[in-house]
Amino acid sequence: MSLQLPFRLIPRAQPSQRMLVVAPLLAVVLTLLVGLGIFAALGQNPLTAFRVFFIDPVSDIQGWSELLLKASPLCLIALGLAIGFRANIWNIGAEGQMYLGGIFATGLAIHFHETGGAWLLPAMIIAAAVGGALWAAITAALRAHLRTNEILVSLMLTYVADLLVKYLVYGPWQDPQSNNFPFTIQFGDDALFPLLASWSWLGFDTLLEGTRVNLSILMTLVAVPLAWLFMDRSFIGFQLSVAGLAPPAARYAGFSEKRLVWVALLLSGAAAGLAGVSEVAGPIGQLNDRWTPGYGFTAIIVASLGRLHVVGIVFAALLMALLYLGGEAAQIALQLPKAISQVFQGLLLMFLLGCDVLVNYRVERRRAALPVVQPVAAA
Amino acid sequence: MKTWKHTIRNLAGAVALTLLHGTSIAADPLKMAWVYVGPVGDGGWTYAHDLGRKAAMAKLGDKIQTTIVESVPEGADAERVIRDLATKGNRIVFTTSFGYMEPTLKAAKSFPKAEFYHATGFKSDKNVTIYNSRMYEPAYLAGIIAGHVSKKGVLGFVASFPIPEVVRNINAYTMGARSVNPKITTKVVWVNTWYDPGKERQAAEALIGQGADVLLQNTDSSAVLQTAQDKGVNAFGWDSDMTAYAPKAHLASAIEVWGGYYTKVAEAALAGKPLKTTVWGGMKDGMNDLVSISAALSPEAKKAVAEKMTAIKSGKMMVFTGPIKGQDGSIKLAAGKSLTDKEIDSVNYYVEGVEGQLPK
Amino acid sequence: MIESLNPLLASAVAAAIPLILAALGELVAERSGVLNLGLEGMMLIGALAAFVAVAHGGGLVGAVLAAMLAGALIALVFGFVTLTLQANQVAAGLSLTILGTGITAFLGRQYVGFRAPASFVELPIPYLSEIPLLGPSLFSMNLLGYATLVLLAATAWVLYRTRAGLALRCIGESPTVARSLGLPVIPVRYAAVAFGGAMAGLAGCYYAVAQFKMWQEGLTSGNGWIALALVVFATWRPLRVGLGALLFGGVSALGLYLQAINVHVSVFALSSLPYLATIVVLVFISSDQNAIRRNAPASLGKAFHADS
Repeated sequence: MSLQLPFRLIPRAQPSQRMLVVAPLLAVVLTLLVGLGIFAALGQNPLTAFRVFFIDPVSDIQGWSELLLKASPLCLIALGLAIGFRANIWNIGAEGQMYLGGIFATGLAIHFHETGGAWLLPAMIIAAAVGGALWAAITAALRAHLRTNEILVSLMLTYVADLLVKYLVYGPWQDPQSNNFPFTIQFGDDALFPLLASWSWLGFDTLLEGTRVNLSILMTLVAVPLAWLFMDRSFIGFQLSVAGLAPPAARYAGFSEKRLVWVALLLSGAAAGLAGVSEVAGPIGQLNDRWTPGYGFTAIIVASLGRLHVVGIVFAALLMALLYLGGEAAQIALQLPKAISQVFQGLLLMFLLGCDVLVNYRVERRRAALPVVQPVAAA
Repeated sequence: MKTWKHTIRNLAGAVALTLLHGTSIAADPLKMAWVYVGPVGDGGWTYAHDLGRKAAMAKLGDKIQTTIVESVPEGADAERVIRDLATKGNRIVFTTSFGYMEPTLKAAKSFPKAEFYHATGFKSDKNVTIYNSRMYEPAYLAGIIAGHVSKKGVLGFVASFPIPEVVRNINAYTMGARSVNPKITTKVVWVNTWYDPGKERQAAEALIGQGADVLLQNTDSSAVLQTAQDKGVNAFGWDSDMTAYAPKAHLASAIEVWGGYYTKVAEAALAGKPLKTTVWGGMKDGMNDLVSISAALSPEAKKAVAEKMTAIKSGKMMVFTGPIKGQDGSIKLAAGKSLTDKEIDSVNYYVEGVEGQLPK
Repeated sequence: MIESLNPLLASAVAAAIPLILAALGELVAERSGVLNLGLEGMMLIGALAAFVAVAHGGGLVGAVLAAMLAGALIALVFGFVTLTLQANQVAAGLSLTILGTGITAFLGRQYVGFRAPASFVELPIPYLSEIPLLGPSLFSMNLLGYATLVLLAATAWVLYRTRAGLALRCIGESPTVARSLGLPVIPVRYAAVAFGGAMAGLAGCYYAVAQFKMWQEGLTSGNGWIALALVVFATWRPLRVGLGALLFGGVSALGLYLQAINVHVSVFALSSLPYLATIVVLVFISSDQNAIRRNAPASLGKAFHADS
């Protein structure tokens, strides 16, 4: 069995800087071409469809506000995940850690609902980070000390965290006024991230009037440079990368695997917890049993799409958020079923991933005249 | 081959429609929008709402123009979608799941000229009107059928979440059955999901294993009904007519009928007098029904259902009328009285005959 | 008393079958070094293909073929992106799930709302089906269920007792060494990925025309993720996949069963049983580190370039 493609890939000595930009553009063009066919078959003008999908959602300040609101938690979680992924520590339970962040923050918000104070929100933020980290700590402890597979434990704990949220909002934390419906009370102002639009001293009140973007995006803005410092400039970040790229080397160098597991999982858990508080104390303003659209899972795509690098992750988070908003816009403006936007998201992601090959490889046409050296097939 | 022809025909139709749409300039149609919690293809809750939308479209033609957004999560995204729809000129927005309550209220404040209609909630506002359907009425009638059909005197109920809506459907089903056979009991299994055919099936299997021989479910898929057919017991359809899924096991389908209401809302808005009153409609108002009642039922069963159905449809009979006893036999409601809507809407106990403990 | 456990066991087995099918395919792909997280997407595609096939009169054979073919084809797309174009396998797998969910939701619309016109029915094996406990569960399955057991044994046999299996494991362990031995790394990985897709498709087929006998969007409702977890749980050993699937199906059935017999425990706690049980068993398994190290494919998830 031989696989003959009309081209072959020659590894580059250095990743191509040009292709870092060209590859994503090529992916968009390819998606466009496939999209052309699909849209034409659906009786839509492809160009209009693309405008609706990619440009309309961010054509006004309202759109940008929504984009940031959506990209921010994705970016935050993905940054945390990337730390572990670099060391081959696969925390795929960020969704559950995010729930715990939401739960811890909500606990404070409800308990101090009457008394409150300016300290409440900062305390909730810390609690959320602690909650996410604690949930991840279960995975960390089992992995570090009993060598239990972290992929599986973190995934299973996500299902448990979901049930824990349900238990709380159907039980002890249920709003007494809720007619037995599953949600907590609406948080007080002290327990909510202020809207950016409330910053009149910066002139934001007129600029951002009616938008929902809130102070929680500051957490992401701070996390981005910190993550960069940690991943690319700190010794432990270096250790994590070595452990991922060359585990034997890491062992010879005497890096403690246990320590790396703990660091990676606690940090990613804390980041996911922060994303949790940015939602419950942000646009939702309460805890209920279905408040997340799966940010913890989407963030895995964001981290991988961003090539586990900080800058890449920022762009990937914005792109995923845009795809999501675009899908909604296409439903509203063109009445395309949601399924079509999912097909598009899938296609674009596939093309993006596939085109990435150009960064590290050169494509060369195979010349038919030359005999191609084949690996000897196993008998 | 067949599929391809079909596809091409569909595509051609779609193109033609679009062209037509582009050329016909009607006198500004009323723009209406629906926010769905699931996909239109769920065959259950969202599917029923979309049938309602289509019915309104069929009735009012080019006087209205409709938009749908499906599978909208009930978190932070909902408010954006609702706002977006209002910004795009939709004068009427239906938000069709409980979790959209707060987002609808928040968004509505910014769009005083638009009217918002929220299904299954309990908070209204100047331009937020709530509507719901009394599914416990068809559930009660289903109970009557179950009471006649059950040989073992054990009914099963596959339940989603312990919210009042589901609890009262369990109660109504049990009361209906006990009006026929006072010894009947209902076993309840909670699956903690609205849609998971695997779990729904396993729940049905657990119930059947414990002797339940007529099942009803308050979940979205037809898995319970299908399981019943496979195991040789009976069950009902829920939300939409599910006869086609399991013709042998199917006794009847308790369905939501939203078309009439959606048409009414549109007509009122077109007349310049938007509907503002809370509508909690039942069979009397044509908002739900028990349909496709099995021809295999005994004559007494058919007669009993027909009688009670007439009584409910004429408004002579209220399902939650005393005496209603709690699980321990204590009187929850004295004879001759009826539960108020507020009491029905916040019920948090099982009636006599339901087994197990209501999850808290 | 023992009879009352029959429905519980039968329910566990029925839930386990599709998990075994999907997990077996994934296991083979992973043993060759390819991590395909797109199980859920491939299962959906298989489910719809099978339903479409029976809906248009293709019969059960048509359903099985359509499901396996569709699953394999979409898996090959994943293979091209990850094996030829060297893309990140985690991201490509997740994208595959999005793609599969979207494609099936769109194409499946006209198939919502009716029972599959043909479906696999239970075929109790004479005499064997009368054995207490095992009879009503293991020996009263449908044809796909029995086929699953055969496939389970066959996969284990091929993997451990044949040259092809050895080559596959070698490639998963160290593609560089395999290549120097003259093994066709990339073609074998393509084949393993296609097999994984075909098996996921078959699992989808089981849902659409054996267990649920219908098509609805998202029919597989997250079971692809459980199947993925099972592969790790089984430490990449086929027979343990079978045990793991039974355990998972059993514990989730148990949670519902306990409710049906009125055990007063929080339903939320009962619902979390399968997940907690998985973790506990996993902790026990991981005490045998040698087994894990022996079985986990060392090159799992890493790209391999044929010319490097």
